[in-house]
Amino acid sequence: MVKWRRGATTAGLILLGTFVITAPFIMLAGANPFAAYGEFLVSPLTSRYSGLEVLVSSIPLILTGVSVALAFRAGYWNIGAEGQLLMGAVAGAGVGMLVSDQSRFLVLPIVILAGAAAGALWALVPALLRVKMGIDEVVTTLLLNPVALLIVTALLSGPWADPETGFPESERIAESAQFPILVPRSRLHLGFLVGLAIAGLVWFVLSRTVAGLQVRAVGSGPKAARFAGISVGRTLLTVALASGAIAGIAGASEVSGIQYRLTGGLSAGFGYTGIVVATLGALAMPTVVLAALLLADLNVGAGSAGRVLGVPSQLGDVIQATVLLVTVGVLAYRRYHHKVLKSEVEEAPGEGAVPEVEEVDTS
Amino acid sequence: MTAAGDSPATPVVELRSISKRFGDVLANEGVNLSLWGGEVHGVLGENGAGKTTLMRILYGLSIPDGGEIYVDGDLAHFASPKDAIGAGIGMVTQHFALVRPMTVTENIILGRTGGAILDLDRAKDLVEEAADRYGLHVEPDRRLSDLSVGEQQRVEILKALYRECRVLILDEPTAVLTPQEIRALFATLDRLRASGMAIVFISHKLPEVMELTDRVTVLRHGKVVHTVETDEVDAAGLASWMVGRPAAPPEPRTHSEPGATALEVSDLSAVGGLDLPALSDVNFEVAAGEILGVAGVSGNGQTELAEVLSGMRKPTAGSIIADGTQIAGKGPKQVIAAGVGRIPEDRHEALVGDMSVANNLILEHLDEAGKRLILDRDRIRANALDLIERFSIKAGPDDLVKTLSGGNIQKVLLARVLVREPRVIVVSQPTRGLDIGATAYVRNELLAMRRQGAAIVLMSEDLDELLELSDRLIVLYDGRIAGRVDAAEADRDQLGLLMAGHTEVA
Repeated sequence: MVKWRRGATTAGLILLGTFVITAPFIMLAGANPFAAYGEFLVSPLTSRYSGLEVLVSSIPLILTGVSVALAFRAGYWNIGAEGQLLMGAVAGAGVGMLVSDQSRFLVLPIVILAGAAAGALWALVPALLRVKMGIDEVVTTLLLNPVALLIVTALLSGPWADPETGFPESERIAESAQFPILVPRSRLHLGFLVGLAIAGLVWFVLSRTVAGLQVRAVGSGPKAARFAGISVGRTLLTVALASGAIAGIAGASEVSGIQYRLTGGLSAGFGYTGIVVATLGALAMPTVVLAALLLADLNVGAGSAGRVLGVPSQLGDVIQATVLLVTVGVLAYRRYHHKVLKSEVEEAPGEGAVPEVEEVDTS
Repeated sequence: MTAAGDSPATPVVELRSISKRFGDVLANEGVNLSLWGGEVHGVLGENGAGKTTLMRILYGLSIPDGGEIYVDGDLAHFASPKDAIGAGIGMVTQHFALVRPMTVTENIILGRTGGAILDLDRAKDLVEEAADRYGLHVEPDRRLSDLSVGEQQRVEILKALYRECRVLILDEPTAVLTPQEIRALFATLDRLRASGMAIVFISHKLPEVMELTDRVTVLRHGKVVHTVETDEVDAAGLASWMVGRPAAPPEPRTHSEPGATALEVSDLSAVGGLDLPALSDVNFEVAAGEILGVAGVSGNGQTELAEVLSGMRKPTAGSIIADGTQIAGKGPKQVIAAGVGRIPEDRHEALVGDMSVANNLILEHLDEAGKRLILDRDRIRANALDLIERFSIKAGPDDLVKTLSGGNIQKVLLARVLVREPRVIVVSQPTRGLDIGATAYVRNELLAMRRQGAAIVLMSEDLDELLELSDRLIVLYDGRIAGRVDAAEADRDQLGLLMAGHTEVA
């Protein structure tokens, strides 16, 4: 109960802080901040089409957010979701172009698994370097992102270029490899359910299974975990591969659900936004999903706000960046506040009365 | 006893009926404390008695809810440490506030540079003068990162002197020092006292308080129990005031019959942090029902020995047979499985601070934490409630370990290990930083395990602890066993020589 109230207060503080900081920029762009925020956050939810579009654009963010949050919970700083997503897209598109009119029930699982396998494979080398040789994964995973993009570009300029138009786009994937649409007259596709299912699965594994307890122990106290006989290296490797696999599925889902082909501009930095989503969601899966929905809402709103209010649609990016900074600030402040309070009370009698501390133990 | 003759008429600092509340907790209630120039005033109390809160108030870090502070008889208000420093109060905390890449002199003038020009010369002069007058030897141009803990503490004292303090608060200053450094510190404090300074010495080590202080104030549950001249009390009286009851003497060590050999270490060698040899050809055996103490000045291989025996460090050579199983070179998992209970010197390396007590209690035996792969949360909780009860841990199963006091954290660790009734126990610094009550508890638990037939290897920097608990002692020097002594016949001087590297003189 208390936790929920605290969560709500935190969210309120973040939104208020973001509003106060961004309002002057909106006014500089010549719009009323209240109207702009209405346009950014509320109006996408007022029509059926744009509401469903919010869900559509939340799909890659849910998946990359969960991917990054899972890795971060284990203390594995995977910054490479973008590259893993692109490799997943390559694999998904590859399968999609290979198959013809087999049954969807057969093809779709293969597409998803191929995306997962390619994402995991792209995550494997940095993970091995980290576990076996202690090489910082922040650098290696990050540096593999542009490499993945170059592979996509190379494929699209050569072997996979559209044979008819010569455009840097692959052939269209077979119909059987396309995700079914969930709601008629919309773009909402199967990926949404896949995303929610994976978020739920990761939540369950982290909070309810022995393996999840190991992951959390490794993430919050690697030394103590090792001391207790948990294999830290194996845990990190497994988490890194799972994180890569989830990001890879995000890529396959964009190909099979939206583009129906491999394109160079398939990812609008979803892998990086996943870091924002994970942080905004405080690495707990339910809130990560909420954070993905919020940013998706903002993305859709930014598009229409540009048209309606005549403000640059990049204002959406400004707001998104501000949300992240304010979130990090609020979380850091809370942690600092607790620390100070705690150190004051530490020496006080009745040790049980230490104030409640930020906890993410329920994942 | 104030310095005879020129004793001033008013105390340098006087606290009158100070109260401070944190939430529901009264950290200080009606505390009176007067500090006179030329005295060392001991402040005693268990963890949580309110010592640190009181000192934070005196240093301007906390604002009291009630009460007054008088400096030289005049009412003063300390809104921040700046005010306290201005009134001549200096504090040396347990965690030094020093900048490691800077030199001694730079650290000393930091925060008191006054103007654009650094007066490094004056600071240097002070360092040299202080070395002469007070025996505070530190080289002014060395970097902090190159100094030992004892030397860093001297820099903290120099900082306070540079700010012309008249009252020096030392918060558990000996906790981090070697015996030699403690001697040097006491000599310095003697000279500072002679020069007219008021010194507050916070501690829960009774022998030190008895030796050093002129007067002593005992706090319990935030209130002053007594303030007395140190001459008029003995250690036992102070201890009973601290804990509110006669301190339970440790159970007398019965000379139990050592059983069969349970731990056999042969020709063990290992390298330490920088791949330098840390252990060379170490041989010993421990029988069931026996405690083997490992003595030595810190840094002579004790840490590495504990790590090797715990499965946290691979030996370069040798064998370790625990209860019939070869564990040399095995990881923590196999070592636990072989029936070795491990309590490391740093509790925080064995427990996950951000996790609940319940989860930490099952962390070493995760195979029992679930049905199939799913966590059995009822069982984890029941196990926690059981252990909390049996080991009287003051915490709930869902409390995060990092919110517990040091004594309770140690109890969580003990509970996790001892409930398995390990045949072999490797334990390092089991009472470091614990108060009297928790210390007695931990020692009695270890003695109880000994009675039940466990073979215990005890690493400790506290010689009293080693002598009190051990049956036999080995002394490590430079990674080798410098001597073997029967605890009943051990003589401190002889141990001291062995610890200093003098080989055994028969």
